[in-house]
Amino acid sequence: MLRDDIIEYSLDAHHSEEAGRKMRRKIWLVTLFLAVITTVEVALGAYWKEWMPDSWGMVKWTFVVLTLVKATYIVMSFMHLGDERRNIRAIILLPYALFILYLVFIAIFESNYVHQIWVRFL
Amino acid sequence: MAGDASKALSNDVLWGGGRSPFSISYGKMMMWFFLVSDALTFSGLLVAYGFVRHSTTDAWPIGEEVFRALPFLHGSYPLIYVALMTAILIFSSVTMVLAVEAGHRMDKKGVIKWLFLTVLGGAFFVGSQAWEWSHFIHGGGGYITTTDGAKYWVHNDTHDTHDPSNAPGFHLEKAKDGHYLIPEEGAPHLDHAASLKLWNERASYVDGANMVHNEYGPPQYANFFFFITGFHGFHVFSGVIINIIVLIMVVQGVFHRRGHYEMVEKAGLYWHFVDLVWVFVFTFFYLL
Repeated sequence: MLRDDIIEYSLDAHHSEEAGRKMRRKIWLVTLFLAVITTVEVALGAYWKEWMPDSWGMVKWTFVVLTLVKATYIVMSFMHLGDERRNIRAIILLPYALFILYLVFIAIFESNYVHQIWVRFL
Repeated sequence: MAGDASKALSNDVLWGGGRSPFSISYGKMMMWFFLVSDALTFSGLLVAYGFVRHSTTDAWPIGEEVFRALPFLHGSYPLIYVALMTAILIFSSVTMVLAVEAGHRMDKKGVIKWLFLTVLGGAFFVGSQAWEWSHFIHGGGGYITTTDGAKYWVHNDTHDTHDPSNAPGFHLEKAKDGHYLIPEEGAPHLDHAASLKLWNERASYVDGANMVHNEYGPPQYANFFFFITGFHGFHVFSGVIINIIVLIMVVQGVFHRRGHYEMVEKAGLYWHFVDLVWVFVFTFFYLL
């Protein structure tokens, strides 16, 4: 039997010099974007108390959103998942999202209850 | 070619056998499945960390107060070191994607150049993590607790933690109530005699960090630090080894003879994943 990773699909994994130039441009743009987000995160983490005290709730959610944006760019651009077929994207992202959203949801609720029990009985 | 043709096919033909409906090679698909399972493991660890942190009644340490040191420098640089580590890892992710791009053009020299830089970045990251662990374990001088439960930070000029009370410049500083790392506002540094008296009557002395106790916060804090960053560091280490092996094969011309550089792409998927995990560890362990 022919090995499909050698024969069938990987033969498509080539592109021309022209297409390569476009891809490299995109790679560097994404890099710049990720670097800017990281800089913003670090500055916010180190100085938010001086810049805008009593805003921890907002800062916290900003961190979470920025992280998800970064993750999206890494997965879709660097890992090329955005260029794959829709069905492979779905079987990778959907089961993961389903489990983790449930896990996060249940952990937040349960840790609230456990916290209240610590407060009451400790 | 196969991929272009399958894009135009109807779903009936696509799933009828004889071709991959995903238009992706076996090796890449299995790498993705592995990465999904590995992502579940890391998510489990981070969710467990969140659970403990959210449910505890103890004061939990804050990233910018624990991680504020730089090698060879004194003073306070909150999060700068971790930010440099993040930058190194993201940069090595970029060189990896450039290696994959060069592979698509069958540019062997380009692949070697970018893959070598990727290995270099990975090695730098593992080294940085070793320094950070060492700094975390040794700590900043430690604190004592008195019998009435108050905490005092231990200072001396030589950062001696074995026999601090005999080191030059020994003095204590009262910690803020319910906090580990913040000194009480307006509290004077105790003079040598008063410090020595408290030191001799101390209930406990905690310095640095190990699995039982640490000077930063509750024991779970150090445990999660060691487990999460350690597990991630182990992934980076294996990634560097994998990249070195692939680099040697590229140099030997194995993939050039095979006609494609898909192995670089598969190693690249793993390497980007390691970067991806660090993005989350950085946010949920250091920033939040």
